[in-house]
This record gives sequence, structure tokens and C-alpha cells, in this order.
Amino acid sequence: MAVMVKDYKRSFKKVNEIIESYGRNPVELVSILQEIQEEYRYLPEEILNYIATAMGISPSKVFGVATFYENFSLEPKGKYIIKVCDGTACHVKNSMDLLNALQKKLKLKDGQKTTKDMMFTLETASCLGACGLAPVMVINEEVYGKVTPEKAEKIIDEIMKREGNSDDKNN
Amino acid sequence: MIKTIEELRNLAADYKKALGHEKMKILVCAGTGCMSSGSLKIYEALKKIVTEKGLYVDIDLIKEGKKGGVNVSPSGCHGFCEMGPLVRIEPQGYLYVKVQEEDAQEIVENTVEKGEVVERLLFKNPETGQTYETSKSIPFYGKQNRLVLEHCGTINPESIKEYIALGGYQTLADVFEMSPEKVCQTILKAELRGRGGGGFPAGIKWDSVRKEKADQKYVVCNGDEGDPGAFMDRSIMEGDPHRVIEGMIIAGYASGATKGYIYVRAEYPLAVKRLKTAIEQAREFGLLGKNILGTGFDFDIKINKGAGAFVCGEGSALTASIEGNRGMPRTRPPRTVQKGLFQKPTVLNNVETFANVPLIISKGVDWYLKIGTKGNPGTKAFALTGNIVNTGLIEVPMGTTLREVIYDIGGGIPGGKKLKAVQIGGPSGGCLTPEHLDLPMDFDSLKSVGAMIGSGGLVVMDEDTCMVEVARFFMDFTQKESCGKCVPCREGTKRMLEILEKIVAGEGTMEDIETLEILAETVKDGSLCGLGKTASNPVLTTLKYFRDEYIAHVKEKVCPAGVCKAFKSYCIDPELCKGCGKCSRVCPNSAITGKIKNPFKIDKEKCINCGACANACPFNAVKEG
Repeated sequence: MAVMVKDYKRSFKKVNEIIESYGRNPVELVSILQEIQEEYRYLPEEILNYIATAMGISPSKVFGVATFYENFSLEPKGKYIIKVCDGTACHVKNSMDLLNALQKKLKLKDGQKTTKDMMFTLETASCLGACGLAPVMVINEEVYGKVTPEKAEKIIDEIMKREGNSDDKNN
Repeated sequence: MIKTIEELRNLAADYKKALGHEKMKILVCAGTGCMSSGSLKIYEALKKIVTEKGLYVDIDLIKEGKKGGVNVSPSGCHGFCEMGPLVRIEPQGYLYVKVQEEDAQEIVENTVEKGEVVERLLFKNPETGQTYETSKSIPFYGKQNRLVLEHCGTINPESIKEYIALGGYQTLADVFEMSPEKVCQTILKAELRGRGGGGFPAGIKWDSVRKEKADQKYVVCNGDEGDPGAFMDRSIMEGDPHRVIEGMIIAGYASGATKGYIYVRAEYPLAVKRLKTAIEQAREFGLLGKNILGTGFDFDIKINKGAGAFVCGEGSALTASIEGNRGMPRTRPPRTVQKGLFQKPTVLNNVETFANVPLIISKGVDWYLKIGTKGNPGTKAFALTGNIVNTGLIEVPMGTTLREVIYDIGGGIPGGKKLKAVQIGGPSGGCLTPEHLDLPMDFDSLKSVGAMIGSGGLVVMDEDTCMVEVARFFMDFTQKESCGKCVPCREGTKRMLEILEKIVAGEGTMEDIETLEILAETVKDGSLCGLGKTASNPVLTTLKYFRDEYIAHVKEKVCPAGVCKAFKSYCIDPELCKGCGKCSRVCPNSAITGKIKNPFKIDKEKCINCGACANACPFNAVKEG
């Protein structure tokens, strides 16, 4: 389970543990970054610099890898990461309507991906491989199939309720 | 820990015998599709009821002496995802569709205890009303030839014992009694071609690596199935992970490699989990690790998770990613078989290719060559999606026609609509039209019409699809995924996308179409890797078969399919509007206002012509025009 970012400020203990578990091997950089992102929900810049020093590789190499792959984020992400599939099968089944409805529901303005309360991050994925259920969305690791805009709104409402968060506070 | 080949064979015989004592087996689909519709709850409910009635057995219980019972097990994807969650009863072969947790009691009482079929859970053809008792009788399955997918849906993917009971790892035992050279020759003679898209003969790769002299060689399994609309490899990894592992160990033995890597997309967490479990089990059984079965051969496998880069499906980009670098392809030669992973000779094949290997060796080359067409033997798994009645995962012999796949297996186009095109092979493939319906689908025939099998995604599009928009959609994907290393791909895809966006927005000119065509050819000829070389295919094939649609967008300023928003506008018919306000709630731009129970209005200035209101209106009051 992810721990809040603030607990880690200026403490590299967990980072060290992760780097050590991979034997400080630069070949494992992608896996190390994946594990760090799992802990922090994103890749904080100071940690990227720390990794470079700790592993004896250049910061440009670490930043290069961190910015190349779509799954890595240098921006903090919300507690719930919603991925709307926009693969071919979902696209022909109106996945964009679903995305629009979610943007509206979460009150995300142009280009904004994460709600201000850091609860939700809304992204698209090129294909989640569950084409039989198009359109598909995934929240963290849970897959939802044949999602209509109304169904999506309901799912979000349920999460908000569980988190003790009303629609209004989410602004 | 199994120490000798002999011991493995004895164990397999034991397990087989044990499996024979299972009176009945209930398989609940635990593929990603069915799981998202709650199949695990059904599994737990069934298992609980069967256990409470004292009927539950599995291989271990039978070995302890319990005989004749019912096994309840999760399974890999049955393929008929449209109808999930699926439950299959063996040996009768009953297939229950759209099963709910509440149905568990009835299934146990009627089917398990009385041996009767639960009529209401059977698949019913929505058009003819005919019901089908067994999966084999359903045309969707009946027309298929499931060889590579034979275990997907029929065994528990998390049980190595079941895999062994059904003959799993026996091929490996046989292989250890052959010389590596002979194994390579077998794969060569079987003409196994890479299922990842290119269709390069796997035997040539294996034999080249075998002949290389190096202190370390590698086997890499490409499970980075990134094509939107493709999920064959996912289903194999989730449904029959041991088969992939067995194929890889055989490749390692044949080529002299001792380390294997499986590179799986991060979007496939279930595949990663099942592979991890399978690898651990194989290690426990002594099928991976040092001195496998006492033969002196060492082999182990590591899983690497992708991080979301489509280009990593390309061989040299994939190995770069395993090495901890940005996943960018490099110029070749040297080829991967000479200098692949960590600059060492490497066998790199895709998941489905490895899954074919145990089958070829156990059943023999002659048997394999009889399936499919000349030069394209074997079967191919396809992911059938889009505007099709039966969405799902299928496997057919190479050379099966598009007509058989779409109409016999896929059940045709829903709503009585006409077929317009089929996109094969994802963003690197091309589109086929109704005139290609009788074209045999194999590597060579498809290449001759400018398309390619790719990894095997088949997206069916009906008459309401705009082909220019489809080309734009794929270009948008490829442009985002271009790694940026070589200029033709980096710049070319961007410029092509801009032109396509312009045409779709109603601002295109005839000159744009010409420029688009020249660019497409240039990118195809000049790009470094497969991604760029094939990026133009959707544009080139749509221009070839649907040029009139491009011209209609440019000259007549209409979208013949009525898709492109630039050519549309919406208004609300005040006669039909009941004032429910649904349209206003779905409008992404807050362009619709009104009072409840009074007709609503669309602000044309604010409207972005997305059509969400038209879809949402329960009274068909939103009109185009």
C-alpha cells in the first residue's frame, strides 16, 4: 500500500532499500524506478538525483529513462488512477464520451489530470487488452468493462463516498 | 524436486491417473474479461458449495486416496469474452454464459448432483433463438482449431500439476534426449514463423544462435503486446503460462542459452502474476534452475515489466529496455541472433511462437505441416473486436478466410449493418475491405495486399466508420509512440497526423492528400525500425481503398459516414424534448441549458459537436443537421 508522500520527505531510507534489493545494478534501473513509483505514486525529482548518485550513473541517464516511458510520472498522482482505454476497440465504442464525462465529473479543466485534493488522476491508455469488454476503464488495478458515462459516474460517486468526500469538496 | 527424466515421466503418469478420477470439473473463467465481471466470486461460491457437500477434489486430494469428486477451478480465458462470466463443465462440455454468483447453487444442485443442464444459462443465439448445450456446438467455437489455446479455459493456469497431468513438460523430457541441433532442425522443418508479426522463421533464429560462440546466450520472450485491439498473448500468458515457459526452456536447450527473460507489458498485471507463480512452481519441480532433470543443463527465467512504450515491442528496443535504457531501437546488422541482449547472441520470439513449440515437437513436423497453408503452417490466434457480434479470442488455421472469421465465427456485424473494413495488425497493419473477404489470412497473402498479420488484432468496422478518422486515430497512436530517434518517423508521423487532423476538421485540400501520400512512402522507406516502416500502412491502405472518402472530406466538405464532428451540428427538437436535462449533464462544454420539464437549448457558440447529448437523449430529441 502506498504511503503518503510527506512521510518520505528528505528520507531516502526506502529508496535505499529498493536500490539495495536490486544490488545497485544499473541494468535494473527500469525496475527500480517502477518500484519507487509504486511507493511514492510518482518520481520526485530529488529522488531521481539521489538514485543517480547512489548508483553511480549520470542524472541525465536516470532522467532519460524516467521521461521515456509513459508509465513514469514526474508529477504527483492521485490516490485513484483512472485509466480510460482508448485502444481501437474501445475507441469505436465511444471511449471518448466516457473520458469527457469523467473530466466533467471530476471537474478537470483543460490538460489537468489530477484533482486538486489529490484523490483522482485521469489518464488514457492505448490498450488495456480487455477489448472484449469495450469500452474499458481501470481504477488502480480494478478493471471495469462495458462502462457507460452514467456507470462511470456511479463508480466515482461510490469511491468519493468511501473516501468521505463529497462532490463539492473536490474542486 | 524432480531429479531425472524418468521421474518426470512417472510423475506425469501418476497425475494423469489422478486426473482421471475426477468425475467432473467446473472451470470458471478467470481471464481479465470475466474477472472484471465478478467471476472470482462465482468461483468461490461454487467451491464453497461443492466443498460443503463433501464433493470437492483436486489432484492432491486424489493422490491422498480420495476418489470420484468434483474439481472446481479457475481457468484462463475461454475466448468468448462477449458472453462472460463463463463457466464450463467437463467432461460434458456444457458452457454457461453470463453466470452470476446467485446461479452457483443451481449449477451445483442440477448439473453436479443430478447431471442436468441448467437451460437458462446456456448460450442462446440472439437472432435464431437456438440454444447450445456445449461449447463445441456453438459456431464461435465449432469453426475454430484451438491448438495453442487448447489449455486456455480447460486447465487451472496456477497449477503445474494439471499441466503435467495433461502431458506438459513431457516434450521437454523428449527434447533432452535429442541433440540441440536436432531440435533446431525440427523447428526449421516445421517452418514455424514468428507470431509477433514479421513471420520470420523461428528455426533460423534458433540455429543461428546455436552456431554462435559466446560465453553467455539468452532467450527473450516478447510479451509486450502493445497493439491496440490485440490480446492474444495476454490470454496465453494468463491462461497457460507453463506452455510459454516450456517453449522457452526448449529454445534455451536448442540454442545453448542459459538465461531467459520474459518482457511483459505493465498493463497486464494478471499475466505477470500468473507467470511469476508458474516460474516459482517450475523451480520447485526442478524444471528451472541448475542441472534440470539431471541433464546438466541450466536455465532460469526472469520477468521484466514494461513501462508503457509501444516501441519496446521492437526487438532491439526491447533488449535496450531490459538493459535498463531508454527503449530505442538500433540499426542492424548486427542482428539480435549475433548481438542481442547485453551484446550476446539472443533468441527473441513472441509469446505465441514459444507456445507453439511444445506442440510441434510432441506431435511431429508432419502433423504440423498439415495445418494451415503451404509456407504458412500452423494456426494463428486473433483477437476479434470492434463492430462484431462475437467479440473474443479465436484460433484458426493459417489461411482461413476473413469471411469465415467474421461471419462464421464472429457471427457477422451487429444490427444488420454492412461490413466496411477490417483493420488487421493494429497501427502497423492495414485495412482490408469486403473485396478481401475470400483472401486467405496468412503472412504472404496479407503482405501482397499491403496489410500484415501483425500480432493478430482484427478490428471489424461497419458502414458507420469514417476511414479518414480511423487513419487519424492510428497515426495519433503511432506519432505518440514514436521514440524520436530517427527523423523520418519522428517528423513524418507528426506531419502526417497534422494533415489528417486538418482533413478531418474540414480544412484539407487536394494538395494535402498528395503530400500525405508522399510522406507516407518516405516514412515507410526511410525509418529505422518496424514501427516507422509500418506506421504509414493505415494511411496507405485507406488511401488505396477509400480515396473517395478523403476526397469527400476535402472537396464536398462532408463526412460520408457522418462521423467527423466538423461537418456536424446539433439542435434540440422542442416538440420531442421532455426537459429531463440528461443532455445538459453529459455535455462536456456546458453548452446546453434549460429548465427541467421545459425544452432545453444548445448554445451553438459553445457546442463542440461531440454528439454526447444525442447519445444521452432517451427521446431522440437531439437532431443532427
